[in-house]
Amino acid sequence: MQPANNTQYAIETRNLSIFYGEFEAVTNVNLQIEKQKITAIIGPSGCGKSTLLRAFNRMNDFVPTSHVRGEILLQGTNLYGKEIDPVEVRRRIGMVFQKPNPFPKSIYENIAWGARINGYKGNMDELVEQSLRAAALWDEVKDKLKQSAYALSGGQQQRLCIARTIAIQPEIILMDEPASALDPIATLKIEELMQELKRNYTIIIVTHNMQQAARVSDYTAMMMLHGDTRSGTVIEYDRTDVIFTRPKDKRTEDYVTGRFG
Amino acid sequence: MTTKISSLAAPNWAAQLRKKARWGESAIEASLFAVGILTILITLAITIVLGDQALLFFAEPEVNLQEFFLTTSWQPQIGDFGIWALVSATLTTSAIAILVALPLGLSAAIYLSEYAKPRARAVLKPILETLAGIPTVVYGYFALLFVSPIVRNLVGVEKVGVYNMLSAGLVMGIMILPLIASISEDALSAVPNSLREGAYAMGATKFEVSSQVLVPAALSGIGASVIVGISRAVGETMIVAIASGAGPKFSFNPLDAAETMTGHIARISGGDLPYGTVDYTSLFAIALMLFLVTLILNLISQWIVTKFREQYE
Ligand SMILES: Nc1ncnc2c1ncn2[C@@H]1O[C@H](COP(=O)(O)OP(=O)(O)O)[C@@H](O)[C@H]1O
Ligand SMILES: [Mg+2]
Repeated sequence: MQPANNTQYAIETRNLSIFYGEFEAVTNVNLQIEKQKITAIIGPSGCGKSTLLRAFNRMNDFVPTSHVRGEILLQGTNLYGKEIDPVEVRRRIGMVFQKPNPFPKSIYENIAWGARINGYKGNMDELVEQSLRAAALWDEVKDKLKQSAYALSGGQQQRLCIARTIAIQPEIILMDEPASALDPIATLKIEELMQELKRNYTIIIVTHNMQQAARVSDYTAMMMLHGDTRSGTVIEYDRTDVIFTRPKDKRTEDYVTGRFG
Repeated sequence: MTTKISSLAAPNWAAQLRKKARWGESAIEASLFAVGILTILITLAITIVLGDQALLFFAEPEVNLQEFFLTTSWQPQIGDFGIWALVSATLTTSAIAILVALPLGLSAAIYLSEYAKPRARAVLKPILETLAGIPTVVYGYFALLFVSPIVRNLVGVEKVGVYNMLSAGLVMGIMILPLIASISEDALSAVPNSLREGAYAMGATKFEVSSQVLVPAALSGIGASVIVGISRAVGETMIVAIASGAGPKFSFNPLDAAETMTGHIARISGGDLPYGTVDYTSLFAIALMLFLVTLILNLISQWIVTKFREQYE
């Protein structure tokens, strides 16, 4: 990929449509994601939030029938260009999933593995500590780094997954409903952590929880099924306070005030 | 509202909560238990028959336990009964077989589960399963008439005879390959997709994901495939009887001809063996030993698997 140029946005989509075979799951999305901000993608279930998010780091490649039309630009480079290596894209754009999915390895190895395969040559102990600290997990696990990651609670596992993502120093972190499988206290911890992380990272989070979007995000993209079709699109994208207090689209207003459907 | 609910529910409460006899459940439980007991009884019966005859063997004046377990010459004609002459060939051919089948079978499993497109998979899996269905006598002659000449050409005809443990072991490896591939493939496919996604999202290549995340995650299943493979190899009779050599010889050299425990049993019991002779009862002692070797190898593999898994669980 090219060296960074001075584009203002972390990532940008242009006329992006995403298909599963013939089915157009997401239609014509134009988004400009701000650097070092948290952008929330909200909308009813099935409107294509995950599909859109997974297009950013080419996770949709694993669905054999999926393909895209339009562009996703990372610092000016189209991530779906012919010469682009999806493995390299995923290294630069990390992802945290809905259900915590630590590797069946020790806590230490969960962090070290990604760094190692990406050619990290520095002091591994330091990197592990730094990453765990950055994910606000260090104090809880520092005495049991050699233990299995599966011994941790769900919330701790999710923070471990965030830590392993940080360890490879991506530019953007994608989160697909990262707290939906967690209890309120663990959720709060993740939300606090996101505020810390946005100093260094651009975060895009999918959530179906409107309060969460309002609490954590700077910008919000509202997705909805498009007209009578089963195809989703972004109907409104603005600063989060605007979306939640004076949205322009009536459907957004209905949705954020809970009058939807 | 509340009164209505309670008035509806109250009279029946005690009756509804009472234990019901579920005859179907009990019948199923009983029959499953019976089947479980039956397998144990069958195993026990085999052990008793083996043990009973083997005891007769060890009771013979020319036999003693120490000689049996510690010496390396098996020549019943002159009263030599050192089991190691046969065990060495069994271990050598089985080791060769596993060395062939594990890397190839695991690679095939990884290919089928992670790399193959559905179309390729649909063609390759049945082929692999066919390989598992070939009668072992065919494998035996394949070893003798096809593999052995190649081995002799490569190594030198003066160094290695027509019958040798290498050819038998190699072909035995091919025989158990589908077994290892298929069990390992099941284990790999059973690894939850969320783990794959997590690994790919770290910027890992397919090979890194397969070898460093999925294989460790599937280790118990892969270990099981190795255990089944070893048991098959140790117990395999036809291939070694045909291609490994007729005549006990204490040797771990793959280029030597040597008879395995199974090969020996097959050859000796092929003739008219008078009941009650030492030759006859010796077969049961060998069979018991075979049982023991399989058991020990299984325990070792199991131990290795748990050892490696410990750090994950
Ligand atoms: N792997 C897939 N193959 C085919 N269709 C899919 C796949 N994943 C999602 N879809 C479809 O795409 C649409 C959007 O799904 P998704 O992105 O998961 O929505 P959301 O995350 O907003 O709930 C749905 O109609 C869903 O059925
Ligand atoms: Mg979703």
